[in-house]
Amino acid sequence: MVKSSTLLGLLSGAIFGLGLAVSGMADPARVRGFLDVFGAFDPTLAFVMIGALAPMAIAWRVMRRLERPLAAESFDLPPTSPIDVRLVSGAAIFGLGWGVAGLCPGPALADLALAPLAVAPFVAAMALGMVLQRLTAQKM
Amino acid sequence: MTLLSSMTQGLAGGLMIGASASIMLLAAGRIAGVSGLFARTIGLTKACGPDGLAAGFVVGLPLGAGALVLLTGPIEMRFPPLAMLLIGGLLVGYGARLGSGCTSGHGVCGLSRLSKRSLVATGVFMSVAAATVAAMNAAGLAW
Repeated sequence: MVKSSTLLGLLSGAIFGLGLAVSGMADPARVRGFLDVFGAFDPTLAFVMIGALAPMAIAWRVMRRLERPLAAESFDLPPTSPIDVRLVSGAAIFGLGWGVAGLCPGPALADLALAPLAVAPFVAAMALGMVLQRLTAQKM
Repeated sequence: MTLLSSMTQGLAGGLMIGASASIMLLAAGRIAGVSGLFARTIGLTKACGPDGLAAGFVVGLPLGAGALVLLTGPIEMRFPPLAMLLIGGLLVGYGARLGSGCTSGHGVCGLSRLSKRSLVATGVFMSVAAATVAAMNAAGLAW
């Protein structure tokens, strides 16, 4: 039997993937265009962010009035502080990779349906990067 | 594509992404952070919710994107050379885990929450990514 949390994840993921494809952000060249602020700048990603932030800003307000999530036992959310070396260096390394390839995890996974052969090396390398981070983290 | 239609499509797609993240927050009580959900799916962490939620999300992403192609036809796309895909993927995976999030978790969910960690992370990765593209252009590595 498929669990309800799996169906919830599937539904949310599908809406997210549809949104990525509709917005144009599934195309690494478009994302690179947004990051190319000193060159052939393409502002589309800014509108994607505005569109995504608006419902989420409302959702956070609604969330504060809820005792518990509608379909789960409790809220389990990441901390909003502190700002440490790990956060900043991780974000910097992530930004470097995002700039090099024009891909981040959401579009990369969505592209498995749109251009599987083209994006597969990125997804495999991304998984390897996550494994390497985990291996080094345990030694720190 | 005209600027107006790319703006409209950007806003429409963004609203869907925001709706998806809202469902994850209000129904599942979790952040729609793709790097964390992917790490959970490949067994690297116990965080980011029940197994099924994470795996469902990761499978749903390509299904949703694929649905659009079935409805409206192929999307024009261009990818970087293989070496950049491999280097970029390694850095994105490593950095997203070290920094506890990527464009979706820090960028969409964190910014709308006014999380200090996410404001800093998003500022850092946006700036570094823009600087990287500028540096690659200057070095003749534009693709």
